[in-house]
Formats: sequence, structure tokens, C-alpha cells
Amino acid sequence: MTEFTPVASLFGGALIGLSAVLLMAFHGRIAGMTGILSGLLPPMSSDWAWRAAFVAGAIVAPILILGVSETAIGYQSPVPMPWVIISGLIVGGGVYFSSGCTSGHGVCGMARLSPRSLAATATFMVAAFLTVFVIRHLLGGF
Amino acid sequence: MQRTLLAGMIGLVFGAGIALSGMANPAKVLNFFDLAGTWDPSLAFVMGGALLVTAIGYRFVLKRDKPVLEARFHLPTSRKLDLPLLGGSAVFGIGWGISGFCPGGAIPALGLGEVSAWAFVGAMLAGIFAARTIRVALEQRATQNA
Repeated sequence: MTEFTPVASLFGGALIGLSAVLLMAFHGRIAGMTGILSGLLPPMSSDWAWRAAFVAGAIVAPILILGVSETAIGYQSPVPMPWVIISGLIVGGGVYFSSGCTSGHGVCGMARLSPRSLAATATFMVAAFLTVFVIRHLLGGF
Repeated sequence: MQRTLLAGMIGLVFGAGIALSGMANPAKVLNFFDLAGTWDPSLAFVMGGALLVTAIGYRFVLKRDKPVLEARFHLPTSRKLDLPLLGGSAVFGIGWGISGFCPGGAIPALGLGEVSAWAFVGAMLAGIFAARTIRVALEQRATQNA
């Protein structure tokens, strides 16, 4: 069980939205983690500096928050390590071909009412619901 | 320099949002997808809050001629609902449903110092790199045969 956290989740979601608006307003870029990371893998794109800075900021933020409150961020990875790694490979391959993930398609693209992002988001959400159902309720979970 | 520093600060806002919302917590994400079991609807509030702010903010931002620091907006122009988009999304959703990690959730989770987050991100970057290598090889073969 995880606790239902509507206020923290709504607030956190609003901050995600704020970052998307700011990155578009100043850099003219979609705040999608897949696209930002792709430009950091070899051969790195020429505009790697802002990408690296965005990723570094995203990693540092939880460290700063934990410095203020040790209980503000919950974390539990309930899946065995081999499956975490398999899932990483699958997610990496998938988001490369779909050109985006939850942040790029699910937030930025949906906010622009992009037909590609609406289709992508519907597809990966349904796939995730089905996968969890099959693993937890048909196969008995990990 | 200004461009890079500001991107870092915007990244901080993104990471704070992911971490506080619960998106960096794989158990919470998996419970959102577990309608038939230990359902936790929090993720709907994350998406709702993010979409509301982005949709309203974009309306004002995209009315301008160009962004503050760049010559133009970099917006995707493709409108095709093709196999890479839908197949890639389905594959991504399966991977997300296995572990509860997505790219935007996992990167801030690195800051929590959890081994599982680092393992996921390492594998994910290898997956992106492998997919790109395969695509480039296939495209080269297609041009050679043409």
C-alpha cells in the first residue's frame, strides 16, 4: 500500500507544469526527459550544455528537499533487481521509438493537444495498466 | 552561460515536482496502475496539476514570436500516427508497468541515492542507445539497397 496524497501530488504536478512552461518560455524546448536525455548520449548534440544542466538540476532537487525534510519523498522499488534492469532496457527502447515519455507526450504534448501525444499517452497508459494487471493478478506478482 | 544556468534552475523545479508528487516512487506509480488491487489515485492528481499549468502557460508562451533566449520554438512537426510512435509507446508502457520507473521519474530518483534507480537509468540509457544504433543501421541498409 502507498498513501493517497492528493495535495502533495497536485502541488508536485503543478511544479512539473511550471518547469515545462518555463523551459518553453526561455529555451523554446519541450520539457520531455526522453528528448533531453537523447541529446546527451553519444554522439552528443551540439546543444548538450542546457540538457546536462536540466538533468543535473532534476537530480539535485530531491537532495535539497531531503536536506529540509527527510520524510518529504517516499521511495520504494518493490520489483526484483533483474526485472528493474530488464524494464530499463524495454523503457529505453520504447521511448526512443515513441520519441517521448510521460513528460514529453503525457504533459507537454497533451497540453498542446498534439494528436501524436494523445495517441502515445493513451497507448502507454493502457499498456501499463494491462501489464500491472497481468503481473499482479494473473501471474501472482513478483 | 545564462541559458545553461537557467536550464539548471528549471531542472530543479522539474525534479522538485517529480519528487514531491510521488512520481519518483516506483511503488506509488505501480499502485496507480493497480486498479484491481492496491489502487492509489495520486498519479491522476500529478497529471492533472501538470497538465492544467502547462496548458494555460503554453497558451501565453506560444503566442509570442520566439522564446526569450532562442531564435525560435523547437516544436515537433510530425503529425503521423505511425508504427514507431504507437509500437514504441506500447513497449514503453509495458516496461513502465513492470518496474514503475519512467524516464522523468527515474532521473530525479537518482538524487535519492537508491541503487535500483541507478540500475534502471543505466539500463534505460543502454536501451535508448541500442535502439538508436539499430535504427541507424536499418536506415543505412535501406539506402544501400535503394
